[in-house]
Amino acid sequence: MSTPLIETKHLKKYFDTPRGKLHAVDDISITIERGKTLGIVGESGCGKTTLGRVLLRLIPATSGQVFYDGEDILSYNRHQMNEMRKKMQIIFQDPFSSLNPRLSVTNLIAEPMKVCKTVRTRAELQERVKELMKTVGLAERLVNAYPHELDGGRRQRIGVARALAVNPEFIVCDEPVSALDVSIQAQILNLLMDLQEQMNLTYIFITHDLSVVKHISDNIMVMYLGQCVEYAETNELFKNPMHPYTKALLSAIPLPSIAPEDRMKDIIKGEITSPINPPAGCRFAARCPYASAKCTGQDIPLHGIADNHKVACVLYENE
Amino acid sequence: MDEEKTIANPVLEVSDLEVVYRTDEETVYAVNGLSLKVNAGETLGLVGETGAGKTTLALSIMKLLPERIGFIENGTIILDGINVTKASPEAMRDLRGEVVSMIFQDPMTSLNPVVTIGEQIAEILELHKTTLSKKEREERVDRMLEMIGISPERKGEYPHQFSGGMKQRIVIAMALACEPLLLLADEPTTALDVTIQAQVLNIMNSLKERFKTATIFITHDLGIVAQTCDKVAVMYSGEIVEYGDLRHIFSKDPFHHPYTVGLFNSIPNIKSDAPRLSPINGMMPDPTIRFKGCRFAERCAHCTERCENEKPPFVDRDGHQVRCFLFAEDGEASSKTEVQAQ
Repeated sequence: MSTPLIETKHLKKYFDTPRGKLHAVDDISITIERGKTLGIVGESGCGKTTLGRVLLRLIPATSGQVFYDGEDILSYNRHQMNEMRKKMQIIFQDPFSSLNPRLSVTNLIAEPMKVCKTVRTRAELQERVKELMKTVGLAERLVNAYPHELDGGRRQRIGVARALAVNPEFIVCDEPVSALDVSIQAQILNLLMDLQEQMNLTYIFITHDLSVVKHISDNIMVMYLGQCVEYAETNELFKNPMHPYTKALLSAIPLPSIAPEDRMKDIIKGEITSPINPPAGCRFAARCPYASAKCTGQDIPLHGIADNHKVACVLYENE
Repeated sequence: MDEEKTIANPVLEVSDLEVVYRTDEETVYAVNGLSLKVNAGETLGLVGETGAGKTTLALSIMKLLPERIGFIENGTIILDGINVTKASPEAMRDLRGEVVSMIFQDPMTSLNPVVTIGEQIAEILELHKTTLSKKEREERVDRMLEMIGISPERKGEYPHQFSGGMKQRIVIAMALACEPLLLLADEPTTALDVTIQAQVLNIMNSLKERFKTATIFITHDLGIVAQTCDKVAVMYSGEIVEYGDLRHIFSKDPFHHPYTVGLFNSIPNIKSDAPRLSPINGMMPDPTIRFKGCRFAERCAHCTERCENEKPPFVDRDGHQVRCFLFAEDGEASSKTEVQAQ
């Protein structure tokens, strides 16, 4: 097998708080092949955004390794990292706060190219901006518009164009559609899928919405309080969800159907517990309807159920 | 817009409502000739995208449109027999909380951070149920808290000590404390995580049933509509384009407004295996421009010249109403129209 484009080994990120260590990302090991999409799903506070940022070295990791095409980028110096940044980009959640309100569309899209010095002349820059606007479906008449004149969908297209400006190979999409209306959301999702096909991009797609991730991901990781509780190939996960948390997430989605079998049922009780100094054991145990004495006291490792399916739950330990 | 044959006794009746926002630079036509009826105990889902005018409609009913900017230009809102559009500020103060309550999207900003949650719930009772003694009030607060699954022992705590889901439940308790006839819920679960959303929806459903409160549930999520509503109104650009029972709107029958069809196709569905989504092309029209014809025309695949020049009438089939020329010409239904001022 070829080297995966992205690989992490035992990646951890703890934040110091007055009350102790906050385990935002706790021992995450993932691999993503070139041209594939990994969906990361979880509720607010599960560490999915932190994971995305640690991967890009936007915030330093506490321990563990991140390999990009086989090379450990956490050991890179500043200069090497700057070169690296051209290959890895991010699209942010909120198209309202992630764009500088004082820059025009042209300048917003040109900025990454200026920073990374990927173009030499002004004419070349203008040409490239036009090309990018076309790629993401922004009308040419908007070149001199400012973000406040545009709606959410168009702003997010600028976010996509900025990420693409330096010809990256890998993009972290951090909830890129959750601030958008459904009809616009579908436009942006389709755009991201088209771009992936054309440019052989590799994505990490972070979201809290399982139905969104189903359309775009090859593999899905479900996170709960900093840990991976289940990892599976997309169709496998939806066909055969194993971890009680994954099942709870799936059954909590209100389905747009009035069939009696689609009524909401088995609503999970309780709320996410504190990520500060969590005790050893399954972090979901407090809310889990199947929790037993086995779930506490020691950490539950991920183990393989099938080639493309791993789960961290004592219920499946003997399989 | 509803036929008389359905249960009489509407809690709310909106007719030909027009609301505009006027600023120095422009006039935004937010609600354009909207008529609507909500019966006692009924839950109406109001579906549409950002800018469709859903929240404006709710604020008009509460008479809480921003002063000196938002104006009700035309039409009437009859709430429990009272014409809200003509009601005095004093009369409105009596109505709000007692007859009609509203829950906002963001629970973090709808609670006062320096007042305990027990006092905040008690305040509404103090204002509207003046006959209650202090002890009775406290008992009522305890009961409300129990109903929303929060221990009454915590009533002395402040909003920041509760999670987002709990805060939204507290807001719901406040809204229902006086057992109003009508509850306006404006995207009450959008800010919450999906498992917490399920909990809150569950509590709302059981409280609604208990108090027999009529509800207008504003949302963009057709999944929530399917799980909570009896009737559905689909809004687009300040107008209702489709209205009917839940089973009408979710039926596979081709009798639907093209916008409703587009909306259904664009939602990612965990039950479908389609690799691509089918979005509705284009965007909502500029609300500062008045239209002669159908407001969805420029995004519609079935658009004809007539759609651009003439306002389509409501076509009624068995209480299921669709505002589109596609169905107007088959002669099957006589359309009961309320053509609005152009």
